[in-house]
Amino acid sequence: MSETAANQLREGLIFEHSKKGRRGYKLPALDVPEQELEAIVPAALRRDQIEEEVEVSEVDVIRHFTRLSKLNVSIDAGLYPLGSCTMKHNPRINEEIARTPGFALSHPLQPDHQVQGNLELLWWLEQTLKEIFGMPRVTLQPVAGAHGELTGILMVHKALARSGNARKYILIPDSAHGTNPASAAFAGYEIRELKSNSRGTVDLSTLEAAVTEDVAALMITVPNTLGVFESEIKSMAAILQAKGAYLYCDGANLNAFVGIARPGDMGIDVIHSNLHKTFSTPHGGGGPGAGPVGVSERLVPFIPTPTVERRDDGSFYLDFGHPDSIGRMRAFNGNFNVLVRALTYMRSMGPDGMRRIAQIAVLNANYIRARLKGAYHLPYDAPSLHEVVFSDKNQTAKDVHTLDIAKRLMDYGFHPPTIYFPLIVSGALMIEPTESEPKEELDAFCDAMLAIARECDERPELVRTAPHTTPVRRLDEARAARQPVLRWKK
Amino acid sequence: MSLPDPLTSQHRFIPNASEDVREMLDVVGVASIDRLFDTIPDAVKLDRLLDVPGPWSEIESRRWFRGLAAKNMTAADHTSFLGGGAYMHYQPACIDQLLLRAEFLTAYTPYQPEVSQGTLQSIFEYQTHQCLLTGLDVANASLYDGSTALCEAVLLAERMHKNKTKVIIAKSVHPHYRDTVRTYVQNLGLEIVEIGWAADGRVDLNELRGACEGAFAIAVQSPNFFGAIEDYEAIADATVGLTRIAVVAEATSFGILAPPGPHGFDICVGEGQAWGIPPQFGGPYVGFMVVRDALKRHMPGRLVGETVDVDGRRAYVLTLATREQHIRRGKATSNICTNEALIALAANIYLSLMGKEGLREVAVQSLQKANYLRGKLGEIEGVELPFAAPVYNEFVVRTPFLAREILADLEHEKILGGIPLDEFYDGFNNDFLVAVTELHTQEQLDKFAVAVRAAIARERR
Repeated sequence: MSETAANQLREGLIFEHSKKGRRGYKLPALDVPEQELEAIVPAALRRDQIEEEVEVSEVDVIRHFTRLSKLNVSIDAGLYPLGSCTMKHNPRINEEIARTPGFALSHPLQPDHQVQGNLELLWWLEQTLKEIFGMPRVTLQPVAGAHGELTGILMVHKALARSGNARKYILIPDSAHGTNPASAAFAGYEIRELKSNSRGTVDLSTLEAAVTEDVAALMITVPNTLGVFESEIKSMAAILQAKGAYLYCDGANLNAFVGIARPGDMGIDVIHSNLHKTFSTPHGGGGPGAGPVGVSERLVPFIPTPTVERRDDGSFYLDFGHPDSIGRMRAFNGNFNVLVRALTYMRSMGPDGMRRIAQIAVLNANYIRARLKGAYHLPYDAPSLHEVVFSDKNQTAKDVHTLDIAKRLMDYGFHPPTIYFPLIVSGALMIEPTESEPKEELDAFCDAMLAIARECDERPELVRTAPHTTPVRRLDEARAARQPVLRWKK
Repeated sequence: MSLPDPLTSQHRFIPNASEDVREMLDVVGVASIDRLFDTIPDAVKLDRLLDVPGPWSEIESRRWFRGLAAKNMTAADHTSFLGGGAYMHYQPACIDQLLLRAEFLTAYTPYQPEVSQGTLQSIFEYQTHQCLLTGLDVANASLYDGSTALCEAVLLAERMHKNKTKVIIAKSVHPHYRDTVRTYVQNLGLEIVEIGWAADGRVDLNELRGACEGAFAIAVQSPNFFGAIEDYEAIADATVGLTRIAVVAEATSFGILAPPGPHGFDICVGEGQAWGIPPQFGGPYVGFMVVRDALKRHMPGRLVGETVDVDGRRAYVLTLATREQHIRRGKATSNICTNEALIALAANIYLSLMGKEGLREVAVQSLQKANYLRGKLGEIEGVELPFAAPVYNEFVVRTPFLAREILADLEHEKILGGIPLDEFYDGFNNDFLVAVTELHTQEQLDKFAVAVRAAIARERR
């Protein structure tokens, strides 16, 4: 472990920095006549000062969080190749625009005439996403991918219920993200898992056999979590439609085909897009995000309220008048200031830039695939788009596993890929570089992966005990779960 | 129309240009980028460019977006008394400066703890603050916002009472939160019973007692949507055997109001926006959830726990993940994956910087100033304060005239005077909700009272 790393370790909890009498803030003195507290709020409804809360200065706070930040790796520091997560560059103009006081200080319950700028922005974002999706309507309310999934499946449920039978099952391929079955269950459905074929995709015959009168929808990720495009997508849509069922597309992987093909043209009825993936809003260590949902004509009546509409005179308003709407998915207007960032990005990219996202993202992933396929096992060799999934099959003979390889990558200065997902690949290493990476960074990553493959042969113990240079080494995760310590105590 | 050649195109966010592309195509062994998309059938391929504006330089983006922002009226150039679940409190300069540190801003979910200790330790600290504020035992790493946090709380409570399907929600809980719960549970076979308020604006305890039969949970908000401070003890006494959910939409109120944990409540959920987060038209905010220890393995969302590494050093890690969707899939306690981590970090910074004294002082000042204004307005002829219960920093004002007329008058004085209640409750056409924080000066409060008096006088004419 380096000396720097050792020093960083000494950063205690903010509560441990607390010292009596320190202050990190100042307010102007109270300038209204002070009333007896008891006269305003009786003692039974009040509390005393919170004794265990901290007392620290501004310097303490700045140092503490700056030191904490240095324990993280980030996309700004280099390739962060988490598969299915689309860790792309986060342009700073997005941050600047979102902080414009006219947006940042606007209040969500102001009447329409006071927030025409916001409503116009939302209207334009919907127009842009409609064009990207090739769909007639997009709701901007969902604030995350999973929130969008729930929104979409609730719409399907309502549409089917309106026609007399909400049905019972959602079909989900075994390669799907865990949020898909969880969202479907929250929307009131049971899950039926579809087996994928040797290419990792879903066979039409499998689908045809599974679509009974009880099936409400198929939830499918395009391209799937192996990065493989479902070439039969239009036929899938037709099979479902013939049985009165719906086709839901998890748009987590939209980065693979934005500007190249459109979900609406594939017969997809409903898609969510993670704006924090394809449209560059920062992940922030786990959020915030936004998960707008596009719908086909037959689902338009069911979209959440309110929607943003434009009048003939060019003014904008929130429309609460959709009688068949599933209702409101969240208070206020969604993650507005994430939406501002996403539209800023879309304007920066433009028509050709939008297409170039997918072109270079797919080229970068295929470049990694070509460079690593000799050293790492490729469990599915179907052509892949924006991400590539390897396994640890070549390395397990030396008793080195995916987790070890991932941890060893940290010693080379890279964040690991997504590991052990998709579940259909044993020991999966799922790599998504995005279009943001220059060739030199891809080469450095591939060189590191190849060096690790050699280490697996020559010095397997070094890999099995990695990482060696990070602020902390492997953690006792079992202990964390068995004896949970979930807060600081004095 | 022919499509641009990917070899000659370029964009400032995408480093690889013609030379790189050629070299990489050689390694991949294909003749052109187009060949990489052969698995997408031509029938679904777009044969044109998307019809969207751009590409714009930063200069053009600034011009257009600033133009839009300038069309809004906001607290930037008006005196705002807007609340209703989104408040203008002091936003310390440190918060945004620290949020912009790329190591926080551009990191992913901390699935790899060895290279994510910064995010993980911050969440652990955030969880600790939540426990201290609410007087409950276990907090999660965040939920989307207050409204969806209430949805998750109702579903958590339902898991604890397998055979019951009725949940009681006070009608004085934020109307958007109640709407969101209705959306979430619409297919889950739950019955929502709403109970009203007594003359003083607080939960009607008699109605509540009558509704308890067969119910699994009760949710109340305090301060409630009218600003009235609920009596947790009295509500707990009236709801024996139910899981009790406290909703807090004005999070600075924890600085002075009795916390729900020690007063009979099992779950506290709410909205953390008041902790120094700008109102930003409704989001992103941060939903919080804190529960009694017995509920922790049934909670939704991520949890960070303390452990040690192989060298025995203290470290932090995501834990109890078997509750979550990526492990449990269709049987998970929630579908949530992406949460509001960066806003939870902002909350942690705010709570740390304000600290023991600051949390108290923000609350005391908000309380004093709101009650000062409430007193001032109460002296105006024609103004009625329909609810007598104690308030924290928000209250209902009624005049003999339509609230929207009065508020339109105030707008001419550069005052965003409040939130009309006609949209949320029948019979409240003349009522609006006024919120005050530590940011208001006595001069602004006095001017507001004068403006309300003048507006009423104008309406009388």
